[in-house]
This record gives sequence, C-alpha cells and structure tokens, in this order.
Amino acid sequence: MANYSTNQFKAGLKIMLDGDPYVIVEKESVKPGKGQAFDRVKLRNLKNSRVIERTFKSGESVEGADVVDVEMQYLYSDGTLWHFMVQDNFEQHAADAAAMGDSHIWLKGEDICIVTLYNGQPLHVDPPIFVELKIVETDPGLKGDTVSGGTKPATLETGAVVQVPLFVQRDEIIKIDTRTAKYVSRVKS
Amino acid sequence: MQQNQHWQPTASIDTLAKRAAIIQAIRDFFFKRGVMEVETPVLGKSTTTDLHIESLITECYCPGERDKQKQFLQTSPEFPMKRLLAAGSGPIFQIGKAFRQDPTGRWHNPEFTLLEWYRPGFDDITLMDEVDTLLQVILSAKPAKHLSYQAVFMSTLGICPFSATLEELKKTLIQASIHVNFNLDEIDRDLYLQLLMSHLIEPGLGQSEPLFIYDYPLSQGGFAKVKPHNPAITARFEVYIKGIELANGYHEITNADEQQKRFEIDNDRRREAGFETIPLDENLLAALRSGFPDCSGVALGIDRLIMLALKKTSISEVMAFSMQPNNVHTVQ
Repeated sequence: MANYSTNQFKAGLKIMLDGDPYVIVEKESVKPGKGQAFDRVKLRNLKNSRVIERTFKSGESVEGADVVDVEMQYLYSDGTLWHFMVQDNFEQHAADAAAMGDSHIWLKGEDICIVTLYNGQPLHVDPPIFVELKIVETDPGLKGDTVSGGTKPATLETGAVVQVPLFVQRDEIIKIDTRTAKYVSRVKS
Repeated sequence: MQQNQHWQPTASIDTLAKRAAIIQAIRDFFFKRGVMEVETPVLGKSTTTDLHIESLITECYCPGERDKQKQFLQTSPEFPMKRLLAAGSGPIFQIGKAFRQDPTGRWHNPEFTLLEWYRPGFDDITLMDEVDTLLQVILSAKPAKHLSYQAVFMSTLGICPFSATLEELKKTLIQASIHVNFNLDEIDRDLYLQLLMSHLIEPGLGQSEPLFIYDYPLSQGGFAKVKPHNPAITARFEVYIKGIELANGYHEITNADEQQKRFEIDNDRRREAGFETIPLDENLLAALRSGFPDCSGVALGIDRLIMLALKKTSISEVMAFSMQPNNVHTVQ
C-alpha cells in the first residue's frame, strides 16, 4: 500500500494507525509562531467507528490502508456468515457478524449493499438506504385513521421491528430508511 | 459537461475592495509616522536558516555565471531590509509577498503578504506599543495585554517552561489527552514547549483584546538580542488575536559575530535533522560589521490581519486566489 505524507491528508483518506484501518474525518494544521508545524487530525476507526484525535509532525508519512467500498448483491446467510456477490465478476465474499453489525435486519435477498473490504475481507456492510419489506405482524389498527399521528410496532419479514402509523396493516409492504430505521411510506402493491 | 468553477476568486470582490482599503490605511499609518516604504528582492542567494521554515527554491541566470544559479524565494524581507538600515535608511516598512513551504490550511498559504517594519532607536517594548497602536487603528482593537512566555505557561498550565523537567512537560501533555504519532521519549524540550504552546495555549490567546507574548527562551529566540539581565531569554515577541499568531518581532541583534553564531547553531540543527544547510548571507554579516543601528523590527501577516478585520474564518476568503479553495478544511 502507498504511503501518504501529512500533506496529502484530507477527509476521506484511509490510513493505518496502530495496526487498524482509519478514515480521516478532519485535519487542522497548527504551528506555534516559530517552530515545528503539527497536523491535528481526527480519525474514525473503521473497525469500531470510534473517533480519535492524533497529532502528527507535518511532513511525516504513514501507511495507507487497503480499504475499498464495493457494491455487492446480498445472496444468503448460512447462519454464521452472510454471502455477497460482485455482480460484474461474480466474485463472492462472506461477511461475519462483526462486519454485518445490525445491517442484516434489513436484508431479505438480492439487495444491493455497499461492502467495505479491508485487505480483501469484508469489514463493514451498509444496507441499501431504502428497503421495501412486508409486515408479518402488527396489532390491527383503526382503518381509515390517517390523522391521529399515533404509532405501533410492526414486525417485518426479515425480523426487524419498526414503528408504523396506526392505519398500516399486516401483509402491507412499507418503505423504510435504514439510516434512521424509520417508516417512510406504504408501497402500493 | 460539468463547468469548471475553479477559475473563480476565493475572495469576493467586495472583500477585495475592503482589503485594498485596509492596505491603504496601513500605508497611511506609516507615511504619517515618517516611515519610508521600500521594496527589496524576492529572490536571494541565501535565506533564513530557521529549522522550521522551508524556503521555496527557483533558478535564475545571474550575471557572470554560465549556469543557472539556485535562488531562494524569500520567507521574509528581513535580510535585505537590514542591509538598508546599515546603509542609513532610517525607519522603513515593506508590504510584499513572502513564501514558505508551510502546510496549506485555514491560516497558511505558501505565498502570502507580509508587512515588515524596522525602527532604529526602538527596543522591543517601544515597538510592541507601535504594533498595539496599529492594531487599534486597523482593527479597532482594544489596547493590548502583555504576558511573558514564562507567565503564559504558568497561568495556563501551571508549569514553568524553563525549569519544568521533561517528565513534567510530558505529564501535562498526557493529562490534556494530546496523543501524538511519534515517540515522546525522543523529543527535546523545545518540541514539548511547541506542542504545549500550539495545542493548549495558543487557541485561547487574545480572545477579547490582542495579547503580546514576550521574552522567549534563547532556543526559540530567532534573531532577537539576549536580554542583558538573563542570557537564557531573548527580546522576541509575538502578538495573538483570537488564538491566531499575527506578528513576530525582535529587538534585533546588531553584532555580526552574534548573528553568525545564531546562523551556525541553526545550521547545526538542520544537519542533525537531516536537512540541507543554508549558505550564510555574507552581505548581511558584512552590513552588520559596517555598523548597524540599534533597532527593533516586526513582521505581521497581512492576510491574517485582514481576515480578522473582516471577521472571516480562513485566509483564503481574503486572498484573490488562495492555493486551497474555501470550505475544504472540514469536510465530514
């Protein structure tokens, strides 16, 4: 992997630090009147998402991290691993529970996800921003009540539970924003 | 086709008009005080020896030479201005471009505009007063406050920069949760002091009125005279406004041998750090030997001054075309 000088640091650059891959969030150069210039850098650990701050001497070099985001189709889960395929070349990758995090609760199969590969291994999986899933269980609400603003829990076909408006019924398909885990709308079938 | 928007200035035309008015006001300030405006070369065979300032280099056919000669773009007009003083110029000022290989950022651009002036007969205290007056005129700033380098460390961090042990300096840094990407056990006192200064002290300086820091340690004294009562301290000062370093001044060295010694110490440090040494400016040394007036001088960053005057947050907003476009400093 290439080395990067602090001069090349910018938001989004991925580097290795203490053996872990990090992405740069923010950089600020500081220099006392006369004297050594420093770069104060905020970085996010790509394994655990923790943000740290680190000071570099300006001009120092660090190793780049072999991290790429690849669009892949979700195929299936065998119970311990989740299997994905790059549609262009049929290359397959398996993500473990740590890489999946909570993402699996939105996936039913054939969904297009962003898989972050670190040294060729899935490090993190982002589900599609919007998914459309069927409600398998929810309390019967008041039909026609589209104004009261109340919500109730609904269990989806993937097992995820989201809050939905009272008028939404079982067997309906709804659209969800996976970034916020919030109901967006009903989908006409 | 996406249209290229990068041709646009980084400062608005309105800002540039205000910038021009401020620079005119600075010229008026010095004209009224009988300080003569001068222009000196941007190219030089020599340059600053400061370990932490990297000069930009170009090449030029010089008279009498077959091949192009290496020329440094000046990091400040200090050396030629001092030669004018030795030649009897009296008080002089200059507003011009200076060049430094600093990391580009909110407060840095590799080429920037510097105001530098020299006052024969002034010591560092008298010159601080004049800087203070200029800031009151240009920024409508309140009268400045003054703190010695030692006092600012004591009051902010509770440690003495001269007598604290390296272990104590390290402890202060760690307690403040400053994590560095290099080995703290291999750094010297100056680097500790610079880390503490830049990370923990500077951001808070000069919040309600300009703040002068004075009496820097000899190792950070640049080309300032040592104080007669304490050879560990130099007559160097800095002024800070809202955490931004704005100007650096000296009660200047007048003795050629002392100046040559500072150059040589700097070059030793450069050698140790694996940097190229800088050829000494023999013309400056000869000028000092010919007789140099007791004087003080200061260099003030005009782009930063204008940024503060117009309440902007980065110098790119007050430069027609900065190397770094606006708003790329903190992209999420």
